[in-house]
Amino acid sequence: MTGEANQLVRVEDLKVYFPLRSGLMFDRHVGDVKAVDGVTFGVRRGETLGLVGESGCGKTTVGRSILRLIEPTAGKVEFDGVDLGSLSKAELRTMRRRMQMVFQDPYSSLNPRQNVGAIVAEPFKIHGIASGRELEARVQDLLDVVGLPRGAGNRYPHEFSGGQRQRIGLARVLALNPDLIVADEPVSALDVSIQAQIINLLEDLQREFDLTYIFIAHDLAVVRHISDRIAVMYLGAIAEIAPVGKLYADPLHPYTKALLSAVPIPDPEVERSRERIILWGDLPSPAAPPPGCRFHTRCPYRQETRCDTEVPPLRVLDIGHSAACHWAEDIKAGRIEPRMPAVP
Amino acid sequence: MALLSIDDLEVEFETRRATIHAVNRISFSLDSGETLGIVGESGCGKSVSSLAVLGILPANARVAGRVEFAGDDLLALPDSKMRAVRGRDISMIFQDPMTSLNPVLTVGRQITETLRKHLRMDAAQADEEAARLLERVGIADARNRLRDYPHQFSGGMRQRVMIAMAISCRPKVLIADEPTTALDVTLQAQILEVLRALVAEERMGLILITHDLGVVAGLCERTIVMYAGRIVESGPTRELFARPRHPYTLGLLKSVPRVDARAKERLVPIPGTPRDLRSLEAGCAFAPRCPYATERSRAETPQLRPIDDLEHRVACWNPVPDGDLPPSRPPAPVEEER
Repeated sequence: MTGEANQLVRVEDLKVYFPLRSGLMFDRHVGDVKAVDGVTFGVRRGETLGLVGESGCGKTTVGRSILRLIEPTAGKVEFDGVDLGSLSKAELRTMRRRMQMVFQDPYSSLNPRQNVGAIVAEPFKIHGIASGRELEARVQDLLDVVGLPRGAGNRYPHEFSGGQRQRIGLARVLALNPDLIVADEPVSALDVSIQAQIINLLEDLQREFDLTYIFIAHDLAVVRHISDRIAVMYLGAIAEIAPVGKLYADPLHPYTKALLSAVPIPDPEVERSRERIILWGDLPSPAAPPPGCRFHTRCPYRQETRCDTEVPPLRVLDIGHSAACHWAEDIKAGRIEPRMPAVP
Repeated sequence: MALLSIDDLEVEFETRRATIHAVNRISFSLDSGETLGIVGESGCGKSVSSLAVLGILPANARVAGRVEFAGDDLLALPDSKMRAVRGRDISMIFQDPMTSLNPVLTVGRQITETLRKHLRMDAAQADEEAARLLERVGIADARNRLRDYPHQFSGGMRQRVMIAMAISCRPKVLIADEPTTALDVTLQAQILEVLRALVAEERMGLILITHDLGVVAGLCERTIVMYAGRIVESGPTRELFARPRHPYTLGLLKSVPRVDARAKERLVPIPGTPRDLRSLEAGCAFAPRCPYATERSRAETPQLRPIDDLEHRVACWNPVPDGDLPPSRPPAPVEEER
């Protein structure tokens, strides 16, 4: 077993398929959207794992299956050494206190008719943890911790801005003193000046409460900033996983290279001189992923052999650094040149 | 002479409860072949000002000022004449192409419609031209794809179809309002590449409205920064990013993480939240959030005035000293040699 003692989360060969049905009367099963197709990784206690990739790569589905908000089709998720699939409903519910989720749009997850105090008090009540004077004190503590102004508890969600709503969501999530927070695009709906406030808050909370984060986002600059390790996903599988420094300094998968080169940098001098790898094709459908390497249809380093016939396994290429590419070593050594189509 | 020149543009929205001062007397101009970026956060007035230029604001909007294009004041032009300008001389692309494409008409029909109406082409000519346009924006098998409906295209392709439509009449000005915000980063790179090539080859003027400082840095020669309905800083992009003089511009640059960051530095957020646009108090709108604010900032509204050289302008009583630099840049480009 690969289960290291300090791993809080262990995901093994996770598969989540959404069935495609058709037919008016007979609801025939005609295929599957393979949203997640064999994903394996671990998250150490206290670390932040960034999960990046473009729309439809399965990053959100992975996050939700870890919390069992989606039932996986196959594979295993272990939390603190316990296989979540083996738990009864009641046991799972107790376990869920230790893992929480933060969403992109806090507004849709806040009841508009409850005031903020009641929203943050709810988890305490549901799990019968505190009541009366003690409950009030703990709610106020949480509101202070996330930096909401005094008196916020008596106001309603619509009275707050996007950034403040995300703070409310965080206060509620922290109520049960969780070990793991899965944050799904927590700052992508916010304006940049507010984004920085929430990112800093997330970092402070992690230190203060010993939290482990799985940070799901499409913004590679934000992910780089907050993560210790990063997994890059493409069409339901992990293309590359590495400590943050290595991934950005020395990306080994062609998709990671392209992704990084496509992120605009707010610096005209750097922008003028950098080399961009532009991927001209479109993202294939996850209902019919390409055979062999899923990325081969868009890959500038594609070779005549293996790429379109053989699925590349995620291979360890350096300490803590794995990539799923048949030719990673040759690309790194410069033995394979990318083909760069100009603007068609 | 400038291709498009905007003088003292003002936009207010009358709502039941209050008057929203969305744009407060802004002025700027655009030359042909120039790319101008307008950056700012939600509610700063960047989109509203471009909608005002095209005269497509909702009925409760009050617009004042002058928008000069080819000798006419567009704000004073009768509807019939304005319709001819829109789409032919000045066209616009929006963030979400699906809301601007008609789902029940083929893409070909939607492109040829403008060609036939504005350029009086016959059906065969229009088809020919539509196919050429789709090819121009990088859509393979263009001739056959003309018969497809918008839902048969992916998100990135739809945005390219929108660009093809927008450039179909060879407009002199193209306004792109967050054209890549809804797209994934690899698709964003495609679209920006298409826009870059178009500006270079067709010599049109491009106004790019975005919240993304990186997009502006890569594409625009000149940049305008807006805050609470006003232009707070403008200048050549390189100058403005290297020596931001308005505290808000510096604040924006310091609050975004960079993908090429050298080491993990703590982000410096801008404290507080943007000003309520219902009030039009005197003083700088940014003063309540500004570490550089003085007594005067709270009392008197600063006007945009030249600083350093004529091109770089800032609206601030106490500009950032030259030397308070934006976040450090790595010594060498991070891209590895191939």
